[in-house]
Amino acid sequence: MSSANLPIKELGETPLVGEGVTFKSISETVCRVTENKAPRGWWIGFLIAVTFTGVMGASIGYLFWTGVGVWGNNAPVYWAWDITNFVWWIGIGHAGTLISAVLFLFRQKWRTAINRFAEAMTIFAVICALIFPGIHVGRAWYAYYMLPLPNEMAIWPNFKSPLIWDVFAVSTYFTVSLLFWYVGLVPDFATLRDRAKNKYRRVVYGALALGWRGANRHWQNYERAYLILAAISTPLVLSVHSVVSFDFATSLMPGWHTTIFPPYFVAGAVFSGFGMVMTLMLLTRAVYGMRSLVLMKHLELMNKIMLVTGSLVGYAYAMEFFIAWYGANDYEWFVFKNRAGGPYAWAYWTMISCNVISPQLFWFKRFRTSIPVMFVVSIFINIGMWFERFVIIVTSLHRDFLPSSWGYFRPTLIDIFTYAGTLGLFFTAFLLFIRWVPMIAIAEVKGVLPEADPHHEPEGHADEHGEGAHTPATAEAE
Amino acid sequence: MATETKETRDGEDETPALLLAEFNTPAEVLHAAEKFRDAGYTQFDTHSPFPIHGMDAAMGMKDSKLGLIVFPAALTGTTLAFLMMWWMNGVDYPLIIGGKPPFSLPSQVPIMFELTILLSAFATVFGMFHLNRLPRHHHPLFNSERFKSFSDDKFFLSVESNDPKWDLERTKKLLESCHASHVELVYDDDEGGADFEPEPSGGH
Repeated sequence: MSSANLPIKELGETPLVGEGVTFKSISETVCRVTENKAPRGWWIGFLIAVTFTGVMGASIGYLFWTGVGVWGNNAPVYWAWDITNFVWWIGIGHAGTLISAVLFLFRQKWRTAINRFAEAMTIFAVICALIFPGIHVGRAWYAYYMLPLPNEMAIWPNFKSPLIWDVFAVSTYFTVSLLFWYVGLVPDFATLRDRAKNKYRRVVYGALALGWRGANRHWQNYERAYLILAAISTPLVLSVHSVVSFDFATSLMPGWHTTIFPPYFVAGAVFSGFGMVMTLMLLTRAVYGMRSLVLMKHLELMNKIMLVTGSLVGYAYAMEFFIAWYGANDYEWFVFKNRAGGPYAWAYWTMISCNVISPQLFWFKRFRTSIPVMFVVSIFINIGMWFERFVIIVTSLHRDFLPSSWGYFRPTLIDIFTYAGTLGLFFTAFLLFIRWVPMIAIAEVKGVLPEADPHHEPEGHADEHGEGAHTPATAEAE
Repeated sequence: MATETKETRDGEDETPALLLAEFNTPAEVLHAAEKFRDAGYTQFDTHSPFPIHGMDAAMGMKDSKLGLIVFPAALTGTTLAFLMMWWMNGVDYPLIIGGKPPFSLPSQVPIMFELTILLSAFATVFGMFHLNRLPRHHHPLFNSERFKSFSDDKFFLSVESNDPKWDLERTKKLLESCHASHVELVYDDDEGGADFEPEPSGGH
């Protein structure tokens, strides 16, 4: 146990932070972003993002005023960009919990450099996602049908429907992610409180820090809470996208009705989440000079995860196709031939190039460690994963069982504005986060410094205390 | 939150709320905690910017009781979800959709799982804050100006004056023998109210 924080030199491991990083420099590097004036680039980005958020508000207002006819949805394409955007955003929201929970359970200490960032992204992405089910119902004042409340005829929701499982899964996911994020933030808010130079910062960060005083009797419960949250979030994160995939898989539509959907959706979600983390991380790291805390090593490890999940997704595409043929169901086989060669072939091949082909570059260390390459690939992944959802939803619907009802979907301007508007909302929230909240988990990064290990001292009187957890003298023996 | 530095009081008779020692490395504070544990102190604590590996044993602490709070909450979530769906769909207004039975267990599993997780998460977070007696903004430690660096790069050991082994001179000597870089007396500055309620988990 004694060297749990130290890299294993025999395996060629190197420390998880750059040269010359100390406890103090970590506090300084991370906190000063929230203490100094925002750079001009932040303001430009913020104004653009707020404008887009306004566009979203206007489009949604117009939608409520006029009805879902303002979208391109038609018969037979009843679900189009609304659900595509919902699934895309939820997928992006999966990286945060994967990094903070799954990698925590696997003791992947490199996660400390990126977890805060990814968790924030999760929360904002889930907020963007939650907008779509709320507005796609058409008559938004009936959105309460999604809650376990009786409607005007005293009928309860049908709990056998995956659509209501989705409501529970996504709202639980949002709540748990928010709690997890806040728990991680408490010690860092205390750091900001103790550095505060003016009253407002002291009061606001002080209130958020809840009077945290770094006591070991607190850390003990805190670490246990973190472990429990990680342990319950791990099945949760796997369940959320599984439940989203049930929305499709439990239907009888060819192209949707497949058992591969839950794992395939989860892999895709992790893939797209890492893509978005990478895009944002590269930008922020460059703008705010976080290169000593977010090393090339971290980026390379993330690229490896993208290679794995991208290949998993590629395998799922291939297996879907194979089973469509092997299953000998005419309708299923038609849908897949239509996907790859029909009117939406352009979308299908965009998806394949972005999701399956582009991450294969990461087999080579040269590309895996090249910032321009990983930036471009991460953008491709974001695009490709959006097209994946579009392809699944629209190609299955646009040519259904009856050729007389076949159609084609084209987005309207309002579709585009709504989607671009949620990107604006996401970036608005994200820029505010970067401005006011420590974007790297200060306490956790300090904990992985070599000198955080009490046995780090060169004189190394190794085990004079070690395991012997002898209880304190219980009685005063006199 | 107190903003002024530690008040130095002339009244010799007033007992300080705690003794606070500052250290520069995790190893020093860990060894100091071991000394206090071996000397039989129970009302002392260490303060660090991050959890220090092995400190629970060094302070002679028992295991966290958080699991005892979370497990019943998890079971409550499962049960509540089951009862809710069984009553709404199976009893109060049975709906037959797609020829399926009004109540069927397999299709209830996802929501039972989600509510289990949701209630466990609430119990974990609020249970942790309860066990830690947080939020609490008026701890005497905040009267010390030096203590602020606990969240940056310093390590502290505090001994409360209600410790059965407390003796101002002897406790101070013990702290100094731990190679503390600075030792100070911290006074309580608020009127009335107990500053040290008994810790809920008893063991310390």
